[in-house]
Amino acid sequence: MKFAVVVFPGSNCDHDAYDATTRVLGQQAELIWHKDTDLRGADVVILPGGFAHGDYLRTGAIARFSPIMQRIAAFADGGGPVLGICNGFQVMLEAGLLPGAMLRNDSLQFRCQQVHLRVEQTDTPFTLACGEGQILEMPIAHGEGNYYAEPDVIARLEANRQVIFRYVTATGDVNADANPNGSINNIAGICNQARNVVGLMPHPDRACEVAIGSADGLVMFESVVKAVIEGAFATTR
Amino acid sequence: MRARVFVTLKPSVFDPQGTTVNEALHTLGYTTVKDVRQGKYFELDIDAPSADEARTIAGEAAHKLLANPVIESYRIEVDSNAEATVSAAEKRGAAMKGARR
Amino acid sequence: MTITQEVLDRHGLTRDEYQHILEMLGREPTLTELGIFSVMWSEHCSYKSSRVHLKTLPTTGRRVLQGPGENAGAVDIGDGLAAVFKIESHNHPSFIEPYQGAATGVGGIIRDIFTMGARPIALLDSLRFGSLDNPLVRRTMAGVVRGIAGYGNSIGIPTVGGEIAFDESYTGNPLVNVFCLGIAKADEIIKGTASGAGNPVYYVGAKTGRDGIHGATMASAEFDDRSAEKRPAVQVGDPFMEKLLLEACLEVMKTDALVGIQDMGAAGLTCSTCEMGSRGGAGVEIDVAFVPQRETGMTPYEIMLSESQERMLLVVKKGREAEVEQIFDKWDLHAVRIGQVTTDGRMRVKHHGEVVADIPNPALTDEAPLYRRPMAEPEYLKSAQALSLAELGQPESATVAFTRLIASPTIASKRWVYRQYDHMVRTNTLVAPGMGAGVVRVKGTRRALALSTDCNARFVYLDPFLGAQHAVAEAARNVACAGGQPIGATNCLNFGNPQRPEIMWQFARAVEGMGAACRALDIPITGGNVSLYNETDRNGVLPTPVLGVVGLIEDADSVVRRAFRHAGDVVILLGESRAELGGSEYLKVVHRLVRGVPPALDLDREKALQKLLVEGAAAGLIRSAHDCSEGGLAVTVAECCFDTGLGVEVGTPGTNADEMWRDVMTLFGESASRVVVSVEPRYASEFLHRAADAGVPAMDIGRVGGDRIRMSVDGRVVLDVALAEIERLWSSAIGNYFERSRAVA
Repeated sequence: MKFAVVVFPGSNCDHDAYDATTRVLGQQAELIWHKDTDLRGADVVILPGGFAHGDYLRTGAIARFSPIMQRIAAFADGGGPVLGICNGFQVMLEAGLLPGAMLRNDSLQFRCQQVHLRVEQTDTPFTLACGEGQILEMPIAHGEGNYYAEPDVIARLEANRQVIFRYVTATGDVNADANPNGSINNIAGICNQARNVVGLMPHPDRACEVAIGSADGLVMFESVVKAVIEGAFATTR
Repeated sequence: MRARVFVTLKPSVFDPQGTTVNEALHTLGYTTVKDVRQGKYFELDIDAPSADEARTIAGEAAHKLLANPVIESYRIEVDSNAEATVSAAEKRGAAMKGARR
Repeated sequence: MTITQEVLDRHGLTRDEYQHILEMLGREPTLTELGIFSVMWSEHCSYKSSRVHLKTLPTTGRRVLQGPGENAGAVDIGDGLAAVFKIESHNHPSFIEPYQGAATGVGGIIRDIFTMGARPIALLDSLRFGSLDNPLVRRTMAGVVRGIAGYGNSIGIPTVGGEIAFDESYTGNPLVNVFCLGIAKADEIIKGTASGAGNPVYYVGAKTGRDGIHGATMASAEFDDRSAEKRPAVQVGDPFMEKLLLEACLEVMKTDALVGIQDMGAAGLTCSTCEMGSRGGAGVEIDVAFVPQRETGMTPYEIMLSESQERMLLVVKKGREAEVEQIFDKWDLHAVRIGQVTTDGRMRVKHHGEVVADIPNPALTDEAPLYRRPMAEPEYLKSAQALSLAELGQPESATVAFTRLIASPTIASKRWVYRQYDHMVRTNTLVAPGMGAGVVRVKGTRRALALSTDCNARFVYLDPFLGAQHAVAEAARNVACAGGQPIGATNCLNFGNPQRPEIMWQFARAVEGMGAACRALDIPITGGNVSLYNETDRNGVLPTPVLGVVGLIEDADSVVRRAFRHAGDVVILLGESRAELGGSEYLKVVHRLVRGVPPALDLDREKALQKLLVEGAAAGLIRSAHDCSEGGLAVTVAECCFDTGLGVEVGTPGTNADEMWRDVMTLFGESASRVVVSVEPRYASEFLHRAADAGVPAMDIGRVGGDRIRMSVDGRVVLDVALAEIERLWSSAIGNYFERSRAVA
């Protein structure tokens, strides 16, 4: 199976995602330039972290118009698994692949630190190998990770079980201390209605090896490998 | 044609930057300032035959790109005077020249 | 055009220098030529006051692939790879406009690294500010930190370490020194050389505007009341543009179509053009009409002197132009041909075909003025070095002093700062900021690099020669603590006005001390930066020669951090503790004094200590290692506990001081060449033997464990505090200054 890692001008973590899926995970991956319209037979698409277009205007606001995005929308429509990490999540929000928007961190500062996430739902391609309520430690590194959507949208997300990751303390409590950026309901990551497109602000690509801090993120990539190879995830359309 | 696009956060969206600016103004003694909301301002220099067309183009630009409809709203102003880009000083100078003749 | 004294003054040129120009040209210079000379002969570009001293530094070694003279230095790290690194300052702009000054400082040093063909993988910053009680200082610091974060994070290079210290002397003259390191193939390092007659010269990157004109001359002058008007001279950085440039240039470099490349930094297009020509022994001819401009009506003078950021100058092999242009086009960059290499060794600038400047390259570079400025021992020195404890009255109680020290900004946790920096991007960071030397692994090999920047400026103030040696020793020691063998260094020398003999004396003595220490520790200097005129209204900064040392760790798995890891581990103090309080943080914080002489430093002992640490780490014997610096043993031991939840109980004999001062001396004296190490109990005996064999004093002083920090002197408990409480003070100190006053973000 193969991962496609999209590269926008200004993407920085494309290499991190590529390294995690190849050297660590042992799978094939290819970097796809944003002007391309061909995913080259990839089974999974990753929109990586970074500063696409310098984050000018708004994070992800310009990248969403890249030629590759139409291809990705079609891929997602067809049930293909798509993972948006940090800036990738922001691009997906601007492109309408996921609902909501990102505001500046409530501290008004960029924050790079370890956080704990609770896996809220295990029926997505990226969490099916996780235990329900499993706590994962991984880093965040963002200045605009304050997730926002209007109250009725939030209510719908919660009711539909579309909140996939929530910021928690090391012991699993959902509170303000655990929330690094002010996101509503401590939301760290969500999925679309069909449950095949997942976006999260924390960096699982930076949490695949104990040597650099944590290997808790690896399970997300192992999940999608399982989903693709064993056909373990069926899209509900 | 010059179009000005004012992009502001919707009222329901928390604006920590505006809050911080408000507090800073208070520190400087401007306690009569009750609230500050921070937004963005764009100037578009548009090659358009009429103010209406410029307004349409600016509106589309705002809707598609300049504002994020989830969290922001916008309004447009167009300088209908075709010489909007000429500075006031130049205009005065032109007027003076005319007067001397 | 008449060249009056006023015109010369505005250009920072003396009458003598002007005379020199007349002789070199054989005629009066054009205004454009005058501008070119003014920036190339400025202190910042020519190093005219410092070159004679810098020449004495050791710059060679078996690993050195590139010494001073290029855009950065390089050392061989094995596996066919080189570490390319340098440190640079952006002090004056950071006072005028903190965010952009710091941001463009980061941008500048990054360009210096990738222009050599190396992919940058790590940043460190060494910062100095005034007292945080001062709102102007808080505003400066907040802006500088955001600027470093804004640029470094956006371009995707992790900031993995650094240091920040505070002293009133930096109030109007903050120091922002940025270190960058990249990895290149050892045989693919690219130089900034122009050669090969007819080879085209290309310009790529951002359009040229009027920013930063005379930025180089501003960096070569003191501030005064009119400095606020200099705001237009500060450049604005665009990290997105630089990211595109970085990727495109690295891609072009793989094609071998380049003869040479250099970034346009201080003195912009002027500097890169004549320096590349000089290095290649060639001439360069350009027509500035071809230079992409973002403002209208720019004169050749402005184009040549502009310091617009994110621009590169390339010399391409004739015939390979299309290849190069295509790669830049892919990245939506436009590479424009602006001239060619010639054989006459001159820099010729045309404007729409008309010659506006025609100068022999060496006149601007190798033959720039060279000064041996007068030096004189400063008047403050003798009295400052005198320290009589009797004069100080009573020492502070150990607990009160400790509590104040742990919360003093220079010692307190810098997390408020570094959590604004992405320190993880590129997934190489093995040791993040706050844990000792920053360590990044070198993917594709088993190795890692330990990095540290250090300088105790108070020590340098009290004894420039010895203080500079301390800077070298401390940076190397930090790197050795992580398990890294020091293999190269870069220096950033921040001093006051060199036209004052006392300052020049400090500078010369510091360079001498630095050279002696580098020789003794076998660490070559591969390049660096000098920043002079760090003074406002005649108040100069503490002399601050910052050393950035690179250490090689053969096996990344053996990296060592500063923090304790297991209750029950044996705590060992390496090195000798003496009764030395001179220049200490204790004296500054508690008695508000900068007095005495710096602690003694035995470089042979230091070398043996570092060897022991590197070998001990490689053998897997060391659980944690942290060197003693500001605040002395008590602060060091506490720092080993932070972020672990593990307390400690240690005891040492008192240092040889009179009874009244013994506790304070033992806890807070800053004797050199000391490291607090923790070791698994089963390895303690072996490690102590190793130390004895190496001639390094070593003592088992206690055990990790519990929830308190308990220290005894001569068997009496003198400090007994709850870890949680002390850690809270330490971690919240700096943030408190900013939260309390809510500086505008």
